[in-house]
Amino acid sequence: MQLTLEFGGGLELLCDSKKIHNVNVELQNGEDKLTMKDLLSWVRTNLIKERPEMFMKGDTVRPGVLVLVNDCDWELSGQLSTSLEEKDVVVFISTLHGG
Amino acid sequence: MSEIRESDNASRIMAELQSLKEAKSTIDNKIGLLEAELRDIQNDGASSNGLSPEMIYRYSRHLLLPNFGVSGQQNLLNSSILVVGAGGLGSPALLYLAACGVGRLGIVDHDLVELNNMHRQIIHTETYIGQPKVKSAASACRSVNSSIQVVEHQEALRTSNALEIFSKYPCNSNNNMAIFFCFNLVFLIFLSFFILLSILPLIHYDHMFTIMWILMISMTEHFVRYDIIVDATDNAPTRYMISDCCVVLGKPLVSGAALGLEGQLTVYNYNGGPCYRCLFPTPPPTTACQRCADSGVLGVVPGIIGCLQALEAIKIAASVGEPLSGRMLLFDALSARIRIVKIRGRSLQCEACGENSKFTQQQFREFDYENFTQTPLSVSPLKLNLLPNESRISSKEYNEIILKKEPHVVVDVRPAHHFKIVSLPKSLNIPLSTLEARLPEISSALKKEEEDNIGVVSGSSAQLYVVCRRGNDSQRAVQSLQKMGFTSAKDIVGGLESWAHNVDPNFPTY
Repeated sequence: MQLTLEFGGGLELLCDSKKIHNVNVELQNGEDKLTMKDLLSWVRTNLIKERPEMFMKGDTVRPGVLVLVNDCDWELSGQLSTSLEEKDVVVFISTLHGG
Repeated sequence: MSEIRESDNASRIMAELQSLKEAKSTIDNKIGLLEAELRDIQNDGASSNGLSPEMIYRYSRHLLLPNFGVSGQQNLLNSSILVVGAGGLGSPALLYLAACGVGRLGIVDHDLVELNNMHRQIIHTETYIGQPKVKSAASACRSVNSSIQVVEHQEALRTSNALEIFSKYPCNSNNNMAIFFCFNLVFLIFLSFFILLSILPLIHYDHMFTIMWILMISMTEHFVRYDIIVDATDNAPTRYMISDCCVVLGKPLVSGAALGLEGQLTVYNYNGGPCYRCLFPTPPPTTACQRCADSGVLGVVPGIIGCLQALEAIKIAASVGEPLSGRMLLFDALSARIRIVKIRGRSLQCEACGENSKFTQQQFREFDYENFTQTPLSVSPLKLNLLPNESRISSKEYNEIILKKEPHVVVDVRPAHHFKIVSLPKSLNIPLSTLEARLPEISSALKKEEEDNIGVVSGSSAQLYVVCRRGNDSQRAVQSLQKMGFTSAKDIVGGLESWAHNVDPNFPTY
């Protein structure tokens, strides 16, 4: 499945300082859909190069990270159970506090 | 002798300059206040829409906007906005809010203006370096628009004063309006006291003071408040505190943040939209909260977000357009991208604003935001103490080592871009993140130093010292170096800041 993943607010530092990743995520054997839960573990294995605890806590993102599926808060689409479709854009953004 | 005389002269001139600058800013301040007073008197001859000829002329470009017009401007003039933080975000926000004619504009900040603020905190001028930001910002606002009321809150925002600052008018302000309100307040208190006296025989004596108290509180609440709060602060605990305070008092919050080359903006607690806690119920780990003083920030980035904060506050105050509630603006300066995303609505389970939440003013006063976020409210740099004294030396002791030409290697563990700003002579830059992989470089540097010193200095082997910016990373580095066999490694306490402070005053700090 072709997806565009974006990292911001400093999270890009965890994946080679690259913000936009066009990726192809293979569906697991026997599964017919890809959920955000699957995608998170794929990202952790394939994209996160350092300090994974700065990206995830347990099986979800760490506090302070907003997840947006097609420019919409994943809280509105079912969080971890959100199912993804071809060409979806998923943004992971760390909240900023500076000023 | 002549050197002593010259330095005496320099300090005399500096002292005189300082006192002249202070006198100048006091005069500027007074001019602003008098001009405002004069305008108030002149504005008495207002037209039927309540706008004086001068106001019509001043705000004419606003009045010409069909979607804004007289009613928008009148709403603005009757509104009151509090900006918390007169820094990178607050600077442009305050200037625009002052210029556009917000009736009452409050500024909260406890900091002083510093030279390293100037690249982004454009409300301040060099004249004000060393003076309170609130004073500097208020003076700038008054010089842009002397017809509005500018209120200075020169204090750090805390749970102990936030409710009062947000919702009550300060009676100790040297402002005409404040005095006017206070007179009114005193008059009404007396009036109600006499009314009470006249009906005294009808009420039980015990209840009288309670009734008086309720009357006083309700009157204070009625007179004195800010309609809209703008969060232009720079740390996580203050952001939670401001949001909770807005929830408790039912005020909309225009929240902006900027760091590095990115910015974020949204409106909380407005028209059924979420509050900060709905979005971030659990605070992020301390390591995820970066500061501009550590990570850097391109000056114009908070400038852009601050301008947008002013815009959102103006929209709410003037009742025009669609404020950015339930949505968030994400700004990426480097790629020139602005993304506006839909965020969740008010959470029924929210601890602050949820269905069953009973977050009261009393709970707010008692809530420990520093403990909740594991971050101090005042933005002072972290000072770790990880090493025993025998593994540390002071910057002065290190200077002795250089002067005595003792064989040694000094490793600077800051990131490479920091090293490029300034470094100690002959220091070897090995960033902390690459330390483990580059141990052989340290070994060979030590070996070379020993070889170079054969016959020059007798006996001891070359020592290994570690330095960084403030003396935290150097301790972490020494800990891992000691684990990896460099048992005599020591860190320089307080890093390059201490070097600049205690050894070489001409050494640049950043």
